[in-house]
Amino acid sequence: MDAFLLQILNGLDKGSAYALIALGLTLIFGTLGVVNFAHGALFMIGAFCAVTVQKILSLSVETIDPDKTDFLGNPLKVKTPYVENWFGPDIGGTIIDWSVPLAILFAIPIMIAVGFIMERGLIKHFYKRPHADQILVTFGLAIVLQEVIKYFYGANPIPTPAPDALNGVANLGAIIGMDLIYPVWRIVYFCFACLIISGVFAFLQFTTFGMVVRAGMADRETVGLLGINIDRRFTIMFGIAAAVAGLAGVMYTPINSPNYHMGMDFLVLSFVVVVVGGMGSLPGAVLAGFVLGILESFASMEWAINLIPGINQIIIYLVAIVILLVRPRGLMGRKGVMED
Amino acid sequence: MSKLDVSRRGLLRTGAVTGAGLALPTIFTAQSAAAFTNDPTGGSVTLGFNVPQTGPYADEGADELRAYELAVDHLNGDGDGGMLNSFSSKALEGSGILGKKVEYVTGDTQTKSDAARASAKSMIEKDGAIMISGGSSSGVAIAVQGLCQEAGVIFMAGLTHSNDTTGKDKKANGFRHFFNAYMSGAALAPVLKNLYGDDRKAYHLTADYTWGWTQEESIKAATEALGWETVNTVKTPLAATDFSSYIAPVLNSGADVLILNHYGGNMVNSLTNAVQFGLRDKVVNGKNFEIVVPLYSRLMAKGAGANVKGIHGSTNWHWSLQDEGSKAFVRSFGTKYGFPPSQAAHTCYVQTLLYADAVQRAGSFNPCAVAEALEGFEFDGMGNGKTLYRADDHQCFKDVLVVRGKENPTSEFDLLEVVEVTPREQVEYAPDHPMFAGGQLGSCNPGA
Repeated sequence: MDAFLLQILNGLDKGSAYALIALGLTLIFGTLGVVNFAHGALFMIGAFCAVTVQKILSLSVETIDPDKTDFLGNPLKVKTPYVENWFGPDIGGTIIDWSVPLAILFAIPIMIAVGFIMERGLIKHFYKRPHADQILVTFGLAIVLQEVIKYFYGANPIPTPAPDALNGVANLGAIIGMDLIYPVWRIVYFCFACLIISGVFAFLQFTTFGMVVRAGMADRETVGLLGINIDRRFTIMFGIAAAVAGLAGVMYTPINSPNYHMGMDFLVLSFVVVVVGGMGSLPGAVLAGFVLGILESFASMEWAINLIPGINQIIIYLVAIVILLVRPRGLMGRKGVMED
Repeated sequence: MSKLDVSRRGLLRTGAVTGAGLALPTIFTAQSAAAFTNDPTGGSVTLGFNVPQTGPYADEGADELRAYELAVDHLNGDGDGGMLNSFSSKALEGSGILGKKVEYVTGDTQTKSDAARASAKSMIEKDGAIMISGGSSSGVAIAVQGLCQEAGVIFMAGLTHSNDTTGKDKKANGFRHFFNAYMSGAALAPVLKNLYGDDRKAYHLTADYTWGWTQEESIKAATEALGWETVNTVKTPLAATDFSSYIAPVLNSGADVLILNHYGGNMVNSLTNAVQFGLRDKVVNGKNFEIVVPLYSRLMAKGAGANVKGIHGSTNWHWSLQDEGSKAFVRSFGTKYGFPPSQAAHTCYVQTLLYADAVQRAGSFNPCAVAEALEGFEFDGMGNGKTLYRADDHQCFKDVLVVRGKENPTSEFDLLEVVEVTPREQVEYAPDHPMFAGGQLGSCNPGA
């Protein structure tokens, strides 16, 4: 029973990342009709916003310690972060320790700007081109972005830990008398994902801006004929989608040390999530993200692998094939979309 | 009186056949004596360094390239000479190899077997490389080793730890200085017994490819010989990034040790996930839960950050060693690049010097002469004590290091500390050991 519940938690946790990326992908596809293969790269850039904030906060002044030597026998250069010099070791240390949550503040404007530049600078020129062209250009852009990141940050993963206060484990089963230990940061990640998803839905549902965007998604031409500049709103939505992917990346860094190709690891899976959920369906993307995350976790269990060897590697694609055969529009896709 | 009836056509035919018959043995003799793949005829010789310049091991590849560049400098008489000063063989004098200036070309393996073979082929066929070296993966090493055997050039392997490289996939033209999975198990087992006792239950997570399989087989055999029980062995996909669904079952498995047969990004993520799930703080069967990483590297430890603290593993070499060879290499490398070398850099540097030395001693670049000079070669002063290049399988036998993640590092390079230097005798095995069975060394191929 414990193992069963743990895998559900793992699935929800994995599903959080899938859902956040798929949500952004669907926003872009639903508004602009663009299949954005650079969306994984936005997730990766978000993660590197956290790395950058950590590096900035850790900028140090070097002093020579004559009593110690480095590996070449020279006097050791001791690094002390500026924030520790300015605010004292306790407060300075705490600021560095909380660099990942602080990076959210840094990542939001950066990611919106990246999304805006990406859309205005490149993607808008491909709106009327076939999906194949859009895929090629956005995939190319993803490779360029990851190589830029590799140039500046190297190929190795960079540890970006969670704050000490959120780094331990919590016994979620204590209330019901079970031993159900789960990492605190992963619980934080799940809650954060739910908050962002709710925020996006509320924004679309309860604001005038969101109402116009939804109207534009349903009938772009008619909204345009009403004198509303729908293109500008869609560009803003691209920025918001980039910010959602970026925030997913920021908060993911303590779970796995970020590296330059982490976006690619999520990209294909997220597309499968979008297809399973239904192209253009925001609730579908979220639902499929969590469902596939849970299925992937269960498929990694020993009994599943013993039953069908290799199931842990193919489960998501297997589900996608079944969905495409049985219900081509996806779990919550609109009738007619992807069915012809 | 006989009549000599000779026609012009008959004379030509007979002459041609006789000439060809007389010349035939000479052609064969000439080929076998001098012609071999990429015989260097000018004033320089080209070596091919095939390392991951892109992909997840690009940082390790960059460190390998730095080491190769340093080795070429030292071979050509530039710099301070590095390990040439401590190397027991004094055949090399800093004047190139056999008087020829050493030049090099590089290829990008991308840590993909097909890409690595393509880049090695290009260096051999287009650039005239007489030797190929490098790599950060056993799959790549085995693929490139096979290519070099077919092409008739020597392959001096870089970082490859699978038993298969000098086991079932060994080749007469291939040589490995790096240690292997069996040696990791043999070196780690006594240390683990001292630290954790002989009544333990181990759970293995293993990367699902050649290196992972042999690593699991080796460490499992070594720990079971101590009396440890293997609770479970689970293969994880090489492409896996989040190991939480593989770690979760460990919590309720009854195991009190988790052995991570992972390397590179897999190891960084699986160790990070294991620590996240609080495994290191657990008490199971009345004992503290422990994690073991059989193959460590400093670059990898850096990626895992504070999670490596107190975790034991093995490594081929470490920059903190205080023998003359290691000190000379660290001084040369550190002075040139500003930071200490990795174990991958060390093995690549040593392999280049060993190849050059073998050519110098053999007096020929012919791969068969070089192989003969390397087979059974015993040397010292290269950082791992007295070392033997065994003739039977072209595997180096030397001391192996057991290391532990350092609790209080003084710099970003000071991540591991050497716990024990396991003597060579303890990690040796018979050439026909079952873990290395199944392949034939074959005979040397000079190519051409």
